[in-house]
Amino acid sequence: MGYHWNWGVFASPVPSGETSYLGWMISGFETTLALSLSAWLIALVIGSGMGVLRTVPNRWLAGLAAAYVELFRNIPLLVQLFIWYFVLPELLPAGLGDAYKGTNPLLQQFVAAMVCLGLFTGARVCEQVRSGINSLPRGQKYAGLALGLTLPQTYRYALLPMAFRIIVPPLTSEFLNIFKNSAVASTIGLLELAAQGRQLVDYTAQPYESFIAVTLTFMALNAIVMSLMHLLEARTRVPGSMGT
Amino acid sequence: MIAIKNVSKHYGSFQVLSECSTQVAKGEVIVVCGPSGSGKSTLIKCVNGLEPFQSGEIIVNGISVGDPKTNLPKLRAHVGMVFQNFELFPHMSVTDNLALAQVKVLGRSREEAVQRGHQLLERVGLLAQAEKFPGQLSGGQQQRVAIARALSMDPICMLFDEPTSALDPEMVKEVLDVMVGLAQEGMTMMVVTHEMGFARRVAHRVIFMDQGRIVEDAPKEDFFGAPRSERAQLFLSKILQH
Ligand SMILES: Nc1ncnc2c1ncn2[C@@H]1O[C@H](COP(=O)(O)OP(=O)(O)O)[C@@H](O)[C@H]1O
Ligand SMILES: [Mg+2]
Repeated sequence: MGYHWNWGVFASPVPSGETSYLGWMISGFETTLALSLSAWLIALVIGSGMGVLRTVPNRWLAGLAAAYVELFRNIPLLVQLFIWYFVLPELLPAGLGDAYKGTNPLLQQFVAAMVCLGLFTGARVCEQVRSGINSLPRGQKYAGLALGLTLPQTYRYALLPMAFRIIVPPLTSEFLNIFKNSAVASTIGLLELAAQGRQLVDYTAQPYESFIAVTLTFMALNAIVMSLMHLLEARTRVPGSMGT
Repeated sequence: MIAIKNVSKHYGSFQVLSECSTQVAKGEVIVVCGPSGSGKSTLIKCVNGLEPFQSGEIIVNGISVGDPKTNLPKLRAHVGMVFQNFELFPHMSVTDNLALAQVKVLGRSREEAVQRGHQLLERVGLLAQAEKFPGQLSGGQQQRVAIARALSMDPICMLFDEPTSALDPEMVKEVLDVMVGLAQEGMTMMVVTHEMGFARRVAHRVIFMDQGRIVEDAPKEDFFGAPRSERAQLFLSKILQH
């Protein structure tokens, strides 16, 4: 076959000459990181809030949260992204829509991808939070209320600290998924890591170097997330619980 | 202190409580017994509004529990409750379990709350375990902590739902001793239990429930002397055999 390996390709300048291919990869990595972390923040906040609502006695609130999950879990991610990016700006009131379209296109891509990934993953986080809460003995809620805590206080001090401890492992996989799913943002033109990798393939004759670099970066991200979550799990382990 | 008037509750078509009426005077100790599924837990949870009920009225310290305008958290803060499965918060140390509601509900300072908590731990003989976590204690110790936690709120009355039935036999006594002490100090108590020794020692009245009804509500002497209903006689003979 005679593939010509050339790892030096990363040091060579891109066609415009303003940076090297490594510079492209780094900027892609930064975009992936910023997108995934900001979307994860949204997912955690919305997912926790909705997950709690799914377990409250109020039917309207629980129904609202159930509707959120159904909507965002069942529409394919790519379709959701197109809706956020192409459709929703058209639905804004004229003035607002024009103002939004006048902003930096890169910003628009980023915001659409961030909100999309955040709400999509939030629906999955919501279900984890709900199952975490529901896996606690019913008596825990009674105990909090019987002490005179309000329902929100009972969640805050008694139920959620245990529920979140229980769901660290499934939340870890959702966190990892968000990095993988962030690659769909390239379909609306956002130059995240995978897109930069593809650009490098298009401009050079070194596809393998590019794929390997992208793959290793994702693997490194995985490893970092996993060890952070293990650390978190160890730090929050309850003395006297199983496994200690 | 507690007045229960014609309380009924159903889940769908299933009647859990039918027309239950009784009252607990200040300083009185009432034991509630009856077969499993007869509605004892449900009744006692109605008293502090943990379970809603469809008809009837429950008045605790002059406040109607079923009234939608009642501030239930405020009412519950002064009605202590002890559960079959202890229900301590596993992620908090014993000290924090005792301090939490004192700080968040009663507005005590943390120092005050810890001090009060430690007084009560001393009383139940567990001051040495103050910094441990619930999972590091035996069942009997956990239940004593749970009693101390309820007492830390300075309750006007205490509700117990089978406080010893999840315990190994050798731990039952240490919990009952604490409860007997409370009763002798004049605490108003409503206790669901099958510990007839406890009932004999400190109860003023015994209530027998069956299929959601209060079948018998008699002074202790009468109940143990000759229960009027056949069901109660049968029940008593069964549990006294053990
Ligand atoms: N959430 C519920 N839905 C339907 N039935 C229930 C529910 N909770 C309790 N029950 C039923 O109510 C009855 C009384 O329960 P409970 O008060 O726990 O009895 P006890 O404490 O005397 O054993 C039981 O038959 C139980 O199955
Ligand atoms: Mg019961």
